[in-house]
Formats: sequence, structure tokens, C-alpha cells
Amino acid sequence: MKLAELPGELVAQRLEGRGILLQTGPFTVRIHSVVEGFTQLLRRFYANFPVVPEPAIADFHVRLTIPGGIRRRWRPQVLLLLDGQEVFLPYPLSHAFPLFEWGLNWCIAMQAHQYLMLHSAAVERSGRVLLLPAGSGSGKSTLCAALVNRGWRLFSDEFSLVRAADGHLIPLPRPMPLKNSSIDVIRDFAPDAELGPSFHGTRKGTVAHLGVPASCVEQSAVSAPPGWLVFPSYQSHASLRLEPISKAQAFIKLANNSFNYQLLGLRGFREASRLVDNCDSYILSYSNLDEAIVSMNRLAES
Amino acid sequence: MRADSDNGKHGTNVLLTALSDPAKAVSFTVEEWDLLLRLARATRLLGRIAVCMEEQGLLTEVPNRVVDHFSAAKVFVCHRQLTARWEINRILAALAGTDMPLVLLKGGAYILAELPPSRGRLLSDVDLLVPRERLDSFEQTLLGHGWESVKLEEYDQRYYRTWMHELPPLSHPERGLEVDIHHTISPLTSRLSPDSARLIADSIPLADSRLRILQPVDMVLHSAVHLFHDGEFINGLRDLVDLADLFQHFGEQADFWTKLVDRARSQGLLRPLFYTLRYTNRFLATAIPDSAMSAAGDGAPPGPVLRLMDYLIEAVMIPGHPDFPRRRHTVAQWLLYVRSHWLRMPPGMLLQHLARKQIMRWKHHKVTAGTLAQGNR
Repeated sequence: MKLAELPGELVAQRLEGRGILLQTGPFTVRIHSVVEGFTQLLRRFYANFPVVPEPAIADFHVRLTIPGGIRRRWRPQVLLLLDGQEVFLPYPLSHAFPLFEWGLNWCIAMQAHQYLMLHSAAVERSGRVLLLPAGSGSGKSTLCAALVNRGWRLFSDEFSLVRAADGHLIPLPRPMPLKNSSIDVIRDFAPDAELGPSFHGTRKGTVAHLGVPASCVEQSAVSAPPGWLVFPSYQSHASLRLEPISKAQAFIKLANNSFNYQLLGLRGFREASRLVDNCDSYILSYSNLDEAIVSMNRLAES
Repeated sequence: MRADSDNGKHGTNVLLTALSDPAKAVSFTVEEWDLLLRLARATRLLGRIAVCMEEQGLLTEVPNRVVDHFSAAKVFVCHRQLTARWEINRILAALAGTDMPLVLLKGGAYILAELPPSRGRLLSDVDLLVPRERLDSFEQTLLGHGWESVKLEEYDQRYYRTWMHELPPLSHPERGLEVDIHHTISPLTSRLSPDSARLIADSIPLADSRLRILQPVDMVLHSAVHLFHDGEFINGLRDLVDLADLFQHFGEQADFWTKLVDRARSQGLLRPLFYTLRYTNRFLATAIPDSAMSAAGDGAPPGPVLRLMDYLIEAVMIPGHPDFPRRRHTVAQWLLYVRSHWLRMPPGMLLQHLARKQIMRWKHHKVTAGTLAQGNR
């Protein structure tokens, strides 16, 4: 059953009670919340995500609560508990949704060491995955959002999960957080895109989430092998350049954009090498999204 | 939903069952597995349970989702153990050309000596025992090779150096693992005063003879003192599991138990030994010979104190249900913290110290809060 098929009242009731078990990619998350506005956004952005039937083993337990005290009257806050532990400071109550999203990222990054986890966007076309590994501010999320809008299947805008058994990428579709100027860039690029409310003054400035196309959620159990490694960097006014790089260069760049390469030790080295061996690698500098998409489409067709 | 005591009890059962008899865990329900993962993670024992179930060939009977968590936990544990081995390797390199005896304590000792507590054990620092008269030269050597004293307030620095059984922790900026250098096994001011020169003299070399570990009875007694007199019960259950493993492992030697009790008596450590025997047996079903139990009983505290300790130790060591946190845990933790200081210092000094620490905590709160906020991604 999808979350959208549950009546809103029931969702709110379950969030306040035993929690809702939601499936995102390979992970089952138990979510508890007493925050009203959060329920609406969860229903909106996770409408097509499967609700896991009880009983089930959850990978993560996420709870949003409202701390008491006098502060509650004049500046209400929201507190995130991950498995009963406070990991972050409280946020303003209205920022419950971005807090939940960051909290879930944190859980995955800290725990899911059964996978090699890359700090990379991943999108699929014709059965192979394009990886866009990069740090914050490189335009990775924006490019990813644009590609998804033009028919590439979203795996993740932030977390690429590599399965040890076969080196395939595992989809982990989640709402894509766009930051600051990216929000308007995507609004112009795709006027009909499903953009949520803007949250101002977060730790990363203004954030607005872009919904995941239903088809990407439906296919989230379908993994795919890696095809291309493209290290993007957005440079204002730059004309598009896509340059091949050597395997050695690609390896170093990939290892530097991993959440747990070091932690995995020898296995990390082997999995990163296998990935680099199976990919053509490039660096991409761009300022125009349309040009970048043409260039990526051409890669996929070649 | 209301918190009821059954939830706490239930949590206890799932975790302790998986620790003391992994084979029984295969018949857990889905809800029990879910709870076990959470409790095992909170007590830093997930890797341990993973390794034990794997050793006993039970993984095929474990739900796939749990196997994933086991694999992930093992990755983390292996990395930490490797990091610790490398840190010890670097310390040996720094000591090259000296004849400094280096006795590994706790996690480092279990791992390098490949003793049973090393199975899936998560360690957070490297603990070393060094003769007191060579402490300065050892610290200087490490400082000269790039280790730095972990930043502490001046009061803490002074506190460590004047009153404690260890130096303020060192760490190397390239690696970050903390190195704790002990010169005895209990604080200088405490009412326990084991003879640390004896501990070092009786220590045993490892295959790499530059490294030594305490002889079995001392290894047990040190861990016992550390657990019951240090006042930090964050890893209490894990430390108790270490001790249960050591009892099972060394207990097979015929004279282990009599030597253990004799050594505890001569070193004035009967009380912590008594607690260790009592709680490993109670929580982890460790087999303790009656003779050892009754001999160590000479170290038992008076009845009312013992009943209080039973209550406090269970409250801090055995986690309750994570969704129904109980206040008694926090209260018990605080009482045991005060107790550990009571054992460590004369009353006047204790009052002064706790007051200082509280003030520092208030001041410090804001700083910690700032770093936390940057930690999320």
C-alpha cells in the first residue's frame, strides 16, 4: 500500500501512535511525529512510497517531538530523536520536514556500511547509472534534478549505494532538497516541477524540496550497473566542457567523495576500483543546464 | 501510549538473551529483532552479537534485514580495531630504541592478544600502563612524535595530573584516536591502592615482545576496578561482557579462581571482584564456581548498600526500551558518578570538584551545542 492510500487522519494518528513504517529504497524507516505541518509534507512528498505492513524490522527509528518549557509559547521548536537519541539541536518548528530529511541522511551515512556509500547523485538511463560525485556547492543536486525532469530515473541526489555482491547501484529515491539560487533555476527550467515550500534560514540557507516522479518510486527495487562517472562543477558563464580523465584520477576523486571508503578498508578499495573499471570517467564544467543535459544524453546514447 | 515496566523488562530479556545464548535469538519474533538491533546499537554490542552468531553458524536463520545490520556493524568494528592496531604500531615506532615496557590494557590487550572479548568489540581508545617513574619520558616521547594533549581546561589538566591514575589523553592529529596512559589502575587518592609495580612485573609478553598484557587475574581485576570504580557506565554492559568472556576463557585453568580471589585479597580489590562475579552471573549467566563466589563474598558491602547497588547497576547497565526512556536511568547514573568520586577523594575535595565540574558543564554546554549543529548533513 502507498502512503497516499491512507486517509490523512489515519496517517496523523499513526504518526502519533505506533508510527508509520515507510520504505525508501532498501531502507525501512519508522517515523513518529506530533508535528502537524510535518504530516502534510510527509503525505505530499512520500505519497507514492510504500507503507510497510506491520510487524516489520525497521532500519531507522525517527521521531519528531516538540520540546516543552516556556519557549514553546513564543518560539516553538522541533526536536529530532534518532533511535531515542538527540543528535541535532532543535530546529524552529516550521523546519520539521528538512530536519527529518537531514536526520534520515545522517542515519544512513552513519549506519549503512553494508554498502559503499558515495557522496554522489545517481540517475539511470537505458539500464546504466550515471554517477555525479561531488561535494556541496558543485551544482550536483541541480543537475540531478534537471536530468530527472528530462526522463532520467532518479536513484539518489546525494547517496549512491553500491551493493557488495555485484557492484550494482541501489536506488534510494527521496525528495531532492534544492538550495538557494537552485530553487529558481529549477523553477525556470521546469515550470511544472513539483516544488514544495521554501524553508528560509536553515543551516544551508533557503531549501525547497523537489518531489520524486512516481515512476522512480515504483522502480526503486530495480538496481542497475554503473556506466559513467562524471564529476560536475557548476561555473557561472562557463561554456560546457566534458573532458575524459584517467582511471587513476577518477579513483582518487571517487574515494574523496565517499562517506565510508576508509571505513570499508580493503573492501572499499576493491569496490571503488571495480566501479572505476566499469565506467567511463569525465569532468564536466557547465553553466547552462540544457547544454549539460544534451551532453549527458549523448553519453548515454554513445 | 504509556510507558509500562514490561517494555523495559522485555528489552532486557531480548538483549541479554542474545548475549548469553545467541542460539536462542533465532526464534525471536520480528518485533524482538527490531528491539534487539536498537538495544545492541545503543550499548555498542551489535558487532559483538553479529560475530558470535556468525561463529555459531546461525546467520542463515537470521532475517536478511538483521544480517545487513550485522554486516554494517562488523565493518565499523573491524575499522576501529584496525585503527587501534595501527595506533599501537605507531607508538612502538615512536619508542624504537628505548626499552620502555608497554602494557596494553582492556580493548587493545584483548585485540592484540586475540582473547575472546575481542570478538566484534568496539573500542574507542587505546589504554596503556606505564611505570610511574617513566611516565614523563613516555609522554615526552609521544609529544615529540606529533601526539598532542587533547585540549582540556586547565582545571581538568591539573585534576588528571594531581589526582588521577592516568595522564590527560593524547591523540595524534592525523589519526585522532585517543591514547590513555595509565600509571596505575585506580586513582591515586582512592581507598583502593593496588601495587602497580607488581602488575607490570607480573605482566606477560605477547608474540611481539615489545608489547605486554597483564596476567589473567590482573586483567580481570583491572577491568573490574575500571568498571565499578570509574563512575562512567556508558559502556557498562559491554565491559561486563568482556569480563564474562574472560571468566569463561581463563576459568578453564584449574587454579584460576583461587589465584583470582587471592590476588584480589592481597591487592585490596575484593569489593570490585565481588561485584563483577555477582553481575556477570546475574545478567549474562556466567558460570562462577561456588567456592569463588563465597570467597569473594568477604568483599561484599553491607546488605542495604548491596541492595542499592543491585538497583543502580541494573538501572545503568541494562537499557530500557528506547521509546520509553525512564528517569531512573539518569538518576542512577548520577548517583553512581557521585559514588565513584566518593571512592576516589576525601569528602571536602569531592564537593569542591563536583561544583567546579558542574559550573564548567554549564559554561561548556553552549560550545558543545554549537559543534553539534554543524555535525548534521
